[in-house]
Amino acid sequence: MTIKELTELIEGTDLTPDAEKDATVTCGYTCDLLSWVMAHGAAGMAWVTVQTHMNVIAVASLMEMAAVIIPEGIEMEEPSLAKAREEGINVLSTRLTSYEVCARLAAAGLPGKNREE
Amino acid sequence: MAVLLEKSFPVEAGAYTTAGEASTTIKRTLKQLGISADVLRHVSVACYEVELNLVIHSLGGTLTLLVDPEKVTLISKDIGPGIPDIDKAMTEGFSTANEEARTLGFGAGMGLPNMKRNATEFDIQSEVGVGTTITMCFALG
Repeated sequence: MTIKELTELIEGTDLTPDAEKDATVTCGYTCDLLSWVMAHGAAGMAWVTVQTHMNVIAVASLMEMAAVIIPEGIEMEEPSLAKAREEGINVLSTRLTSYEVCARLAAAGLPGKNREE
Repeated sequence: MAVLLEKSFPVEAGAYTTAGEASTTIKRTLKQLGISADVLRHVSVACYEVELNLVIHSLGGTLTLLVDPEKVTLISKDIGPGIPDIDKAMTEGFSTANEEARTLGFGAGMGLPNMKRNATEFDIQSEVGVGTTITMCFALG
């Protein structure tokens, strides 16, 4: 799935239009505990979280995720967005809840992360 | 083994907003050296975890990156306070993180076990009142 397809699927707003859009989204995930994500995240992941501080971008970047999705119309603070632009991380915002985002991703055929990883 | 590269990064206690900067620089450096994506991922995760530990738990410290033809080595050395019970600290789910760290979504007690899981070799030495040194090696190829 492309970033553009993902954005349309979740009726999202692209908060980082300048970030590279050629990343392929390979799986979906939702978790707000960053420690947990550090242990269980994967490359190519579309990660849904209500956390909006700068460490979210650091985690997404270090794990080479495809995108961060902020649900329920929550705003991401500007320093985090600046960091996302600097690191080339795609951040999408949507009115949908985490549950609805995941339901749409799953219905579109995007798998959860590979449990073997 | 001849060291190809050595770099040190000071990490400040409590600097939550800049946590990850050293790890990001280290990742970028290793990428430029042509380290494989798989090794890079393991180093990145372990490096970020250890950097966060310095920010959350230590009184300040230094993160050192060493690269030789056979491995990448990360050494985290802090100036205290030291860990009273290492076995307990290594237990998944055990955490002494403060409220600020927990609010950010850290402090799940996953850090040290996650470092050990990602590194080829993991060693932790600690003395209360002196400090903690963590050494992690990642085999290349």
